[in-house]
Amino acid sequence: MTVALWGKGVADEISKRIPGSVASSDDNNVVVSGDMLFAVAEFLKTSEFAMDYLANLTSVDYLDYFEIVYHLVSLKRNHRITLKTRVYDREKPAVASVVPLWRGADLQEREVYDLMGIAFEGHPNLKRIFLWNGYPGHPLRRDYL
Amino acid sequence: MELTELRTEPFVLNVGPHHPSTHGVFRMKVTLDGEVVVDVEPMFGYLHRGIEKLAEGRTYTQNIPLTDRLDYLASMTDNWAYVLSVEKLAGIPVPERAEYLRVIVGEMMRISSHLLATGFLINELGAFFTPLMYMYREREKILDLFDMLCGQRLTYNYMRVGGVSHDAPPEFWPAVKRFIQEMPSYIDEYEQLISGNEIVLARTKGVGVLSRDLAINSSASGPFLRASGVDWDLRRDDTYSIYNRFKFDIPVGAAGDVYDRYMCRVQEMRQSCRIVAQALEGIPKGEVRTPAPHLIRPPVGEVYGHIEAPRGELGFYLVSDNSIAPYRFHVRPSTLINLTTLRDLTIGWKLADLIVIFGSVDVVLGEIDR
Repeated sequence: MTVALWGKGVADEISKRIPGSVASSDDNNVVVSGDMLFAVAEFLKTSEFAMDYLANLTSVDYLDYFEIVYHLVSLKRNHRITLKTRVYDREKPAVASVVPLWRGADLQEREVYDLMGIAFEGHPNLKRIFLWNGYPGHPLRRDYL
Repeated sequence: MELTELRTEPFVLNVGPHHPSTHGVFRMKVTLDGEVVVDVEPMFGYLHRGIEKLAEGRTYTQNIPLTDRLDYLASMTDNWAYVLSVEKLAGIPVPERAEYLRVIVGEMMRISSHLLATGFLINELGAFFTPLMYMYREREKILDLFDMLCGQRLTYNYMRVGGVSHDAPPEFWPAVKRFIQEMPSYIDEYEQLISGNEIVLARTKGVGVLSRDLAINSSASGPFLRASGVDWDLRRDDTYSIYNRFKFDIPVGAAGDVYDRYMCRVQEMRQSCRIVAQALEGIPKGEVRTPAPHLIRPPVGEVYGHIEAPRGELGFYLVSDNSIAPYRFHVRPSTLINLTTLRDLTIGWKLADLIVIFGSVDVVLGEIDR
């Protein structure tokens, strides 16, 4: 059974290594600030947490902000944690790409870009995946009608 | 002038979207140098129906038939992953008998899905439809069994939040028992025809190799991941439902080539037969559905529920705002993510190998495009 790591405990470990990166945390999730996302993700992958597998990447539109959700799993140690980051800019939302760490993020980030309109800086091939170029808007946003 | 000095022009070939070997409406923009693949760009979206957006306007119960339209060759497991996530979110228990029924239909679905995956792979190797028809013969029996359960052969809509829609009719039990007894000998028959075949070996051994590290790094899942030597199966490693009660092995490949993917699927079918046989022994009597309200209002929160579907990890990420419809409905598509490495697998191989490698990934476009 995959052990769900205690979010607050992981948040403490992250704060020790990368001070000021954790925005908030609860039992299951760690929310980090957008500009330090890549550093935190790299820490979780290379440290003793050994999060070698990105199970799922998605985004949610809460109208005040976009939340990008990473479900990380360690196949080696069989535990998991949910990492999140928030983007408050609705005009040009952007966050660092994690493709250099996990190739599995490639198509999933393109999907988020296409349907939610969040740009991933550093993505090798960021273009629309399902809809065509010139499609107006991003359908999964809550204000898209 | 020597032959080696001949300059060849690369040219672009569109494979699909309407091509029998793309298993639906999938398009690959292939750059070829002669017959050798230089570059592949997968193009998605021809079957994009906006299911994730659609689901935000429908109630939790109304969304169950939508999940049938995702991976339409394994609708039962799609239903299962979704209702499992809603049950987790809303805290609804499932009766024992329903859990057993779910395991039985889930594993039968795996057999049916792997039969098609293997059959079409052999089809693409050039054995035009004869082996596939053998596999359709057994798949037909599974579909007949599902027909008894829910009256449908493709889009079952059988699972409900808190159980399954109906108990199985009395004639289901002897039929499924007979099928599970016969199935291993059919698998022997396929293996006799395929596994040692010289042409199959020549075309699949060492072709389209996915290394262990790349498989993990690219979030591959299912038989596609295990063929690369990663011993990871959610049924055992993140056990759900009642899988911890059954004895079964997890077939793992070594080379990560097309042959190992084929072999993993064949072995998994045998293991699925074992699981169904054990479930048939242990199934208790009782209710098959917890009375849950038709309009479910889960508490505010979120859940990521995942199961080991035939094609890999199928997950649902649901966010609830305590209304009757999900605030966010995201599907983790196993086959879309498995295609991340398509370029790495195919470059340098011939166009005919590209078709075989793509076939070994075993994709369903309904789930990729959603």
